[in-house]
Amino acid sequence: MDAILLQILNGLDKGGAYALIALGLTLIFGTLGVVNFAHGALFMLGAFCAVTMNKLLTLEKVALDPDKTTAWGSPLEIRTPYIEDWFGEFGAVLIDFSVPVSILLAIPVMLLVGLAMERGLIRFFYKRPHAEQILVTFGLAIVLQEIIKHFFGANPIPQPAPVELRGMIDFGTMIGLEAGTVVYPWWRMVYLIFSLAIIGGVFAFLQYTTFGMVVRAGMADRDTVGLLGIDINRRFTIMFALAAIVAGLAGVMYTPILSPDYHMGMDFLVLSFVVVVVGGMGSLSGAVAAGFLLGILQSFASLNEVKAIFPGIDQIIIYLVAVVVLLVRPRGLMGRKGVMET
Amino acid sequence: MIETVSKKNDYALIVIFAAAVLTMPIWLAPIGAGYPDLLQKFAIFGIFAVGFNILFGLTGYLSFGHAAFLGVGSYTAVWMFKLLGMNAIPAVVMSIAFSGLFALAIGFVSLRRSGIYFSILTLAFAQMAYNLAYSVLTPITNGETGLRVLSDDPRILDRLFGASEGDGVLLANFFGIDLVGYPGFYFCAAMLIIAFYVAIRITHSPFGMMLKAVKSNQNRMNYTGLNARPYTLAAFVISGMYAGLAGGLLAVTDPLAGAERMQWTASGEVVLMTILGGAGTLLGPILGAALIKYFENIFSAFNEGTLHNFFSFLPDGLEDVAVSIASLFVGEGWHLTLGVLFMLVVIFLPGGIMEGIRRLVSLFGKRDSGGGAEPTKAGPKKTAGTDKAGMVPAPAE
Repeated sequence: MDAILLQILNGLDKGGAYALIALGLTLIFGTLGVVNFAHGALFMLGAFCAVTMNKLLTLEKVALDPDKTTAWGSPLEIRTPYIEDWFGEFGAVLIDFSVPVSILLAIPVMLLVGLAMERGLIRFFYKRPHAEQILVTFGLAIVLQEIIKHFFGANPIPQPAPVELRGMIDFGTMIGLEAGTVVYPWWRMVYLIFSLAIIGGVFAFLQYTTFGMVVRAGMADRDTVGLLGIDINRRFTIMFALAAIVAGLAGVMYTPILSPDYHMGMDFLVLSFVVVVVGGMGSLSGAVAAGFLLGILQSFASLNEVKAIFPGIDQIIIYLVAVVVLLVRPRGLMGRKGVMET
Repeated sequence: MIETVSKKNDYALIVIFAAAVLTMPIWLAPIGAGYPDLLQKFAIFGIFAVGFNILFGLTGYLSFGHAAFLGVGSYTAVWMFKLLGMNAIPAVVMSIAFSGLFALAIGFVSLRRSGIYFSILTLAFAQMAYNLAYSVLTPITNGETGLRVLSDDPRILDRLFGASEGDGVLLANFFGIDLVGYPGFYFCAAMLIIAFYVAIRITHSPFGMMLKAVKSNQNRMNYTGLNARPYTLAAFVISGMYAGLAGGLLAVTDPLAGAERMQWTASGEVVLMTILGGAGTLLGPILGAALIKYFENIFSAFNEGTLHNFFSFLPDGLEDVAVSIASLFVGEGWHLTLGVLFMLVVIFLPGGIMEGIRRLVSLFGKRDSGGGAEPTKAGPKKTAGTDKAGMVPAPAE
């Protein structure tokens, strides 16, 4: 029982990342009708926002201490980050919480990137065939990836979680199981809650605001909304930027779990596309559900007991599920009729 | 009447093509590409792209998992070396056969869907193959180390005919001729010419017409009572066999197979080659493959030093700026150039280089004749004519 619970929890944080990326992909597809292969690169850009923030916060001031000397006689260097120098204790806390603080950097950056991408490239591809959309965004993904590689190098750059959130949480005791049976890293818990909050926020935004209502109407029937005198394209552009922000935030918060490197986006993109297809092209709730579902399935497949029966199943489970779903339920779990049926 | 004209054109095309390919070492030497290692790559990836074009160019199905067939071809070839001997013929034949079988299985499932679903399905299968090759199938694929021919492998035929036991590195041979350097290139070139000839025949056959019909309007085909799936499946298998042949040849020129050949970036590369050259044209994919391999070779060899030499005519400050900008795109940054190229081609020239050539030709045609005899000639044999027009500028590069 608790082993099953543990595996579900293990799958949920990865599932959260899949769900967030797949949600953005579906938003873009549902509004603009564009297949965005560069979405994984946006996830990666978000992760590197966290890296940049960390680098900025830990810029150090070097002072020489004339009283002390090092072992080989030179004066001892004292390195203090500027931020600690200026703000004292608060600065130290800021550095400790550099990953969550990066959200403040990531939102404007991803907003700008999203707007620039949509206005500068995507809007010329609304009416072009899907194959060309895939290809041009694939090219863009390579470009973004290589630019990041040029500035940050090819090696993964580990990002620490805040000290307070580094330990394990004894989840079992919270729900009345024996202590020590279901332990779970704090940060993964944070990520799970964070991704649920973002997903909830996006759905609430679409459901309860006038803007969201117009966007939903536009997704259902773009032409009619246009005839009512509403500039639907502008709203869709904003939705693209929103999807970019969601992907970016997913990337920022994922950095303590997986050290970011320049091709992490591609790895997640392939899986997220599979998630979108399993959930059903154009269905937001399908994307979220499939994201969590596949995350959990993946974590179960990596159990040793399962691997003993089906060797290598953990490597291919997601693709296998996708193949089965596409053949049995071609529209995906919650796909709508008439979306991408050609 | 049209039939015979297009047939004659086909023969002319294949003869010119064969001549151009076989003389590549001569006319490519001035641009620094006249050495066998690179020429082999031109030929091999040319085959890969021609095969991919039979699927994507003719039927419009965008497969994102073609590298899997390349990988299967390579593994099969190396296993043939290990079991039978270092002769290239059984290796190549078996790699075509095996990747054809593999393509049949994958195509049977994936072709139930079209559009982006098809792309995702092929991608999923290719990723599965890649992941399995790295993990569970290690006894067959030798995992990360890569599959190699070892001196204590059975190699039945070699032992049977008492082929000389070389104590050095084992090389693939063609009845006694070691396939490295120029012999290796000519072997690949011969394969390319055969593959190209088959592609021409397929494109201009009724079967090829059917594939083009699938691309232009599958619904209408279904309404006329035709089931398109056998045709698309046949195209998928043929294109998988081409990829297998390319993979087999990769193993022939260098008897080593690794899983990284199956990664989806490799699939993306062949898509790019085809698009760059011009999807749906005969010569385009080969041009695209050669250009990409050529620039990959040239650009990745660049470093700061060569760049400084190159920009030395500029004033000092400007030189540094130029070098720092250019260094983004060369050496390690070659993939950036590739990505930018990819985007530019898709945005501005979706028809690829062949489309560009066609536009140039029509531009000059208009200017020269002032709307005289030229347009009337370009009638039913227009495609064949422009394909040949593509031949002429190629050597000039």
